[in-house]
Amino acid sequence: MSKILVVAEVSGAKLKKTTLSAIGFARAAGLPFDVLVLGQGVGAAAEELRAYGAGAVKVADGAALANYVGETFAPTVSEAAKGYSVVVVTASSFGKDLAPRVAARLGAGFASDIAGVENAGGALSYKRPMYAGNALATMQITTPVQVVSVRQSEFEAAAPSGGSSPVEAVAVAPAPLAGRVEFVSFDEVKSARPELAEAKVVVSGGRSLKSAEGFKTVLEPLVDVMGAAMGASRAAVDAGYVPNDLQVGQTGKVVAPKLYIAVGISGAIQHIAGMKNSKVIVAINKDPEAPIFQLADYGLVADLYKAVPELTEAVKKIRAEG
Amino acid sequence: MKILVPLKRTADPDNANKIKIGAGGAKIETTGLEPKANPFDEYAVEASLRLIENGQTKARNAGDKLTVVSFGPKEAATNIRQALAMGGDDGLLFLSDDESLDGDLVARALARVVEQQKPDLVVLGKQAVDGDSNQVGQILAELLQWPSATFAMSIELSADKKTAIVGREVDGGVIKLKLTLPAVITVDLRIVAPKSVVNHVTPATFNYPEGARFTPLPMIIKAKTKPIVEAPIASLGVEGALKSKYASFALPPARKGGVKVKDVAELVQKLRTEAKVL
Ligand SMILES: Cc1cc2nc3c(=O)[nH]c(=O)nc-3n(C[C@H](O)[C@H](O)[C@H](O)COP(=O)(O)OP(=O)(O)OC[C@H]3O[C@@H](n4cnc5c(N)ncnc54)[C@H](O)[C@@H]3O)c2cc1C
Repeated sequence: MSKILVVAEVSGAKLKKTTLSAIGFARAAGLPFDVLVLGQGVGAAAEELRAYGAGAVKVADGAALANYVGETFAPTVSEAAKGYSVVVVTASSFGKDLAPRVAARLGAGFASDIAGVENAGGALSYKRPMYAGNALATMQITTPVQVVSVRQSEFEAAAPSGGSSPVEAVAVAPAPLAGRVEFVSFDEVKSARPELAEAKVVVSGGRSLKSAEGFKTVLEPLVDVMGAAMGASRAAVDAGYVPNDLQVGQTGKVVAPKLYIAVGISGAIQHIAGMKNSKVIVAINKDPEAPIFQLADYGLVADLYKAVPELTEAVKKIRAEG
Repeated sequence: MKILVPLKRTADPDNANKIKIGAGGAKIETTGLEPKANPFDEYAVEASLRLIENGQTKARNAGDKLTVVSFGPKEAATNIRQALAMGGDDGLLFLSDDESLDGDLVARALARVVEQQKPDLVVLGKQAVDGDSNQVGQILAELLQWPSATFAMSIELSADKKTAIVGREVDGGVIKLKLTLPAVITVDLRIVAPKSVVNHVTPATFNYPEGARFTPLPMIIKAKTKPIVEAPIASLGVEGALKSKYASFALPPARKGGVKVKDVAELVQKLRTEAKVL
């Protein structure tokens, strides 16, 4: 009987929501699954995971796993994966780093960043976007064990299903490379705003904001009154206006919120790849020919320095009226 | 120090929306799109050059060497040549077509190249912008059992060239790892920022121009005399069975453009009453 091992993601021992998309994959595949959570002091995360209908919640807890390093996590995941036919992890930066390593260790085929799964009588096939989302491929893995990473925006976060899965401890496997790769630091960008990949509304800014100050004074008031996550184009990130992990796009984060507002973003292919599955897209750009207008549901040709404060005020008023 | 950079020939990524699906869904057609080096691989070349040169004087240590390797059609020699014009020393081209490769096979073939070339570092792009898989570097590191750091936005090579501290772009911030060489590094976009690479040879005050370097004519001419060795991929002796196979391709559902609104008031009204998102 095929069985899936879902690898959970934690940050600072706290369960990350990304995990719920990997569980969503297991449910979509219609196969029984266990969850593996790795880290140090992850008891509470394991406890939380008991409510999702897993056959078991497996816990690898140890000081060696205090911080994510591929070389220390991959051996433990690979050991724990023995007996499973599919190993799945969400394609966050954690999953993108980990999944191919696990595939290599298991001699398994790998499907990266998939957007869909089909189970035809036990044979799984995967849909995955390629060419910046301009092609959708259907693929199969030919090895007995399969490793997949799933696109968070394409797999609904699983809701708790009740029940209380048993918790089982699993061993932390030796990591022969641990002596040659050392965790130095994690410089965390703290933000009180919702996470990009999880937000219902995303407001993104481009090069046209011109500075960190521009983001702060022009864009952020709109972001905050909307209760939105903030995103950016590569140009804005490269210029240092906002932190790197706010980049939306083919090679940044892929988002699909209910509402995406692109402010002063031209709509390059690489940017569009990261937001075109948003439900409603709004574009504000002073160039009527900007490619972003080709996919925006509502386009406003205007100077952002005038339009954005106006929009912020209008939303504020609506919020005040309740 | 010896650095190996793998480079993939890809269809012009800035026009990826012009690809077509051919043969009833069996194939992605890229006819008409100019083949270019995968941009991340170009950044890997740039980052590698910054590791082995004095950025200010462009002088290089005698023993230092940058080899560029590609798996692809004969025409990929053009793309290797371009990397040699940037400053690479020599190239290797293992002839193969895309359909007979997957990330796993490329990684296994690369592991063989590493055994032969014995580099101190393999620097790769984090992903190829056609397949978008983001896998080869990670698989290679496991096969070689070398320490590795993916999604590098900074690399600081120690003065004795025995270790490197790599800043990784991850969700929520930057993770720094210290690797003992030999090692595998995959690079992200910001690796080509002015001060992303530190090698203790380039003066700390020096700023590189943003991005991969332009290749002036004399470098292009010089690159014509640099060696590129061609061989069939089979010569590497990797067993060819693929671990994944693509059954079919389709265009994603197209998104219809919407309407232009005349002002903020109309936008707000539409978002409230029509889209119901405000
Ligand atoms: C390998 C690679 C990977 C990439 N990955 C990504 C990615 O993941 N995400 C991404 O976003 N990009 C990515 N890019 C970059 C992408 O190609 C574009 O360069 C980038 O998205 C452009 O950002 P932008 O729209 O902010 O800037 P620009 O293209 O310069 O556009 C600025 C826009 O602002 C408008 N504007 C200017 N002033 C005003 C004003 N006062 N009011 C209103 N509008 C104004 C202009 O009309 C213009 O449309 C990648 C590129 C490469 C090569």
